[in-house]
Amino acid sequence: MTFDEILSIPPYSLGREQKEKMLTERLVELTELHRRNCPEYAQMLDSINFDAASVHSYKELPFLPVRLFKELELKSVPHEEIVKTMTSSGTTGQAVSKIFLDRATSSNQQKTMVKIVSEFTGSSRMPMIIIDCPSVVKNRAMFSARGAGILGFSIFGAKKIYALDDDMKLDVAAVQEFLEKFKGQKILLFGFTFMIWQHFYKELLRLKDEGITFDLSGGVLIHGGGWKKLISEAVSHDEFHRRMKDACGLTHIHDYYGMVEQTGCIYMECECGHLHASVFSDVITRRPIDFSECEIGEKGIIQVVSAIPESYPGHSLLTEDEGVILGEDDCPCGRKGKYFKIDGRLKNAEIRGCSDTYAAKF
Amino acid sequence: MQLNSDVLNRVEFLTGNAELASQLPCVPAMVPFDDRIVSFLNDVSKELLKDRAAKAFSDVVTFAFWIRKASVIRLKERFEAKDNALHLGKGVAFHIAPSNVPVNFAYSMVAGLLNGNANVVRVPSKDFPQVTMIVKAVNKALAAHKEMKPYVLLARYGRNKEINDLFSSVADVRIVWGGDRTIAELRNSPLPPRAGEITFADRYSLAVIDSDTYLTITDKARVAEDFYNDTFFSDQNACTSPRVIVWTGSKIEEAKRIFWDKEHKLVSQKYTFQSIQGVNKLTSSYLIAVAEPGVKVQQHEDNLIVRVSVPAVNEKLMDYRDNSGYFFEYDCKDILDIRALCDDKKCQTIAYIGDSHVLLPLILSGVKGIDRVVPMGKTMDFDLIWDGYNLPALLTRTVVMA
Repeated sequence: MTFDEILSIPPYSLGREQKEKMLTERLVELTELHRRNCPEYAQMLDSINFDAASVHSYKELPFLPVRLFKELELKSVPHEEIVKTMTSSGTTGQAVSKIFLDRATSSNQQKTMVKIVSEFTGSSRMPMIIIDCPSVVKNRAMFSARGAGILGFSIFGAKKIYALDDDMKLDVAAVQEFLEKFKGQKILLFGFTFMIWQHFYKELLRLKDEGITFDLSGGVLIHGGGWKKLISEAVSHDEFHRRMKDACGLTHIHDYYGMVEQTGCIYMECECGHLHASVFSDVITRRPIDFSECEIGEKGIIQVVSAIPESYPGHSLLTEDEGVILGEDDCPCGRKGKYFKIDGRLKNAEIRGCSDTYAAKF
Repeated sequence: MQLNSDVLNRVEFLTGNAELASQLPCVPAMVPFDDRIVSFLNDVSKELLKDRAAKAFSDVVTFAFWIRKASVIRLKERFEAKDNALHLGKGVAFHIAPSNVPVNFAYSMVAGLLNGNANVVRVPSKDFPQVTMIVKAVNKALAAHKEMKPYVLLARYGRNKEINDLFSSVADVRIVWGGDRTIAELRNSPLPPRAGEITFADRYSLAVIDSDTYLTITDKARVAEDFYNDTFFSDQNACTSPRVIVWTGSKIEEAKRIFWDKEHKLVSQKYTFQSIQGVNKLTSSYLIAVAEPGVKVQQHEDNLIVRVSVPAVNEKLMDYRDNSGYFFEYDCKDILDIRALCDDKKCQTIAYIGDSHVLLPLILSGVKGIDRVVPMGKTMDFDLIWDGYNLPALLTRTVVMA
């Protein structure tokens, strides 16, 4: 089964059984492909005596902890075929994930993302305001997660501006001019949750006091990157929505969940506030004690599978995030597939021992 | 000589005070196992053993028994020098205790004290209940043993070079726990020319189990408890915790099956599993699979115990070690097969089931590691000979009177 065949399936159209059949076929193929082409991956599968012939569902396939991509350079294509290396945005000194993309995988990531996001924004391109600074995407050889997100979403923008300058200051005049120019059109806004809060929302509040307001009621905001920093400021999901509406009239807001290790297969938040798995990927929650699959409603460690990766063995990954599957095929928004929420990161282990603990190991 | 009081005022003293600390260089050294020391420690022991809260902490109870008079007298008999020379404490012992082992600071202090030294000990910054209990008992006992006050200073402060500099400048011996990085940090604080230093570096340990002997043991539940205490009790992350299990003898498969089955039952009942540990062990097992072709991850019903069979053992294996129930296993035909692992200076303890004498050819081959060979269950039992060091010899001065 080729990815092009899968790509022709509307993103939220398959029920559980059909999706399982399709994903199992594709993911078993990918497992065998990577076993042939990535020696490190083959050694991992050998160490657990994995036999693809005994697999009945993609849920039985091995999953690699995402941290392996920080420790090892895993690729399934010759070095010359790599066109992009994506990295996770770790803080200084931390190891970063390195994800190797060839032309096909890179292009499939982009096509997949267009399919998914169009379901929420419509398929035509829109004037786009990127709530970040332009320098994030400067170095095109090494893509950080932030840069990759911006570039990924940029394909939905007809005309684009960056709302922030390189000092993370809101460029009021440029945004005003942009909004004036595209008055009456649907505007796409994109950024990372915390950046939006810190450098956009807070600035809008301040400007409001000076009598400067923006009307973004016709816009649609897509944001991602997690809630950790906002939760530390005691801002909940609902609070974020309410405050954005108060500040600039934005009501069309979609969070998304995704990671650099599986770019393309993002999980968009629907009108009901649920993150959705498309047909191109899936989320499985696993019990920490034995990695068995959780029931719907039971919190577990998030495993993600994606039908895209051909150039690196990242089609089945165990994240360090926790979450809950809320339901499958029955979200009131009408989309099929699983819908879920994320509950944040697994805590680092607190362990005893004779050697002093310094900064966390990873 | 008086110590800089500006710096001392930044130290939180749990026992003693800045005034006593400033007098450290003037405190007379004592003769090892002086009656005043023995009597004081016996009172600390009494205080601990009558503390109801302490009963829940086996490490505190073990410590309390270790410093009882009867136990200390046995140590005295073993370690009192019989060389017709005079022995005195070196003077001031400055101890840096590890941050994440609650009672280690107390053992270090007692080692310094029994050998006649005045001690200043940096205790763990983390608020362990065990630290609170022991400090309380020490302070109560000191109230009745005022003459001992200059000898016991328990201090709490963060990673602070100025304070380390100050205490190092008056130390006659510095005792550094906490592993390689802490040792490196302390090496930035100069010691006086004649001062000595005892460093407890990063180490690892292993177990050697003779399958035939194991199968003859009737109380296998006891063995499971012993192994638990050697490993899971300290999250298998103490320097003494076995990381590699070396199996010998003729019934390895059968012994393994029973051993791990019993251990798993015990761990399921006793161990507090943390969600990330399963992810860590999976990561570690895949990393070793990539580094060492031929390793096999043993099937496991859950993530409490993860075992990786390795086709060979060498010191490289330890770059891939993990903790909290993650074991490398090796089926051993000839004990010299594990020589490369034991020739590493980081190799510390061998816990054994069977006849320890089978290890003699290995040790006598001239390995640079292996400082302790102890029965399973005894890896954490502290002794004045520890980590390859004869502490009484290093903590005292020998006065020759010809």
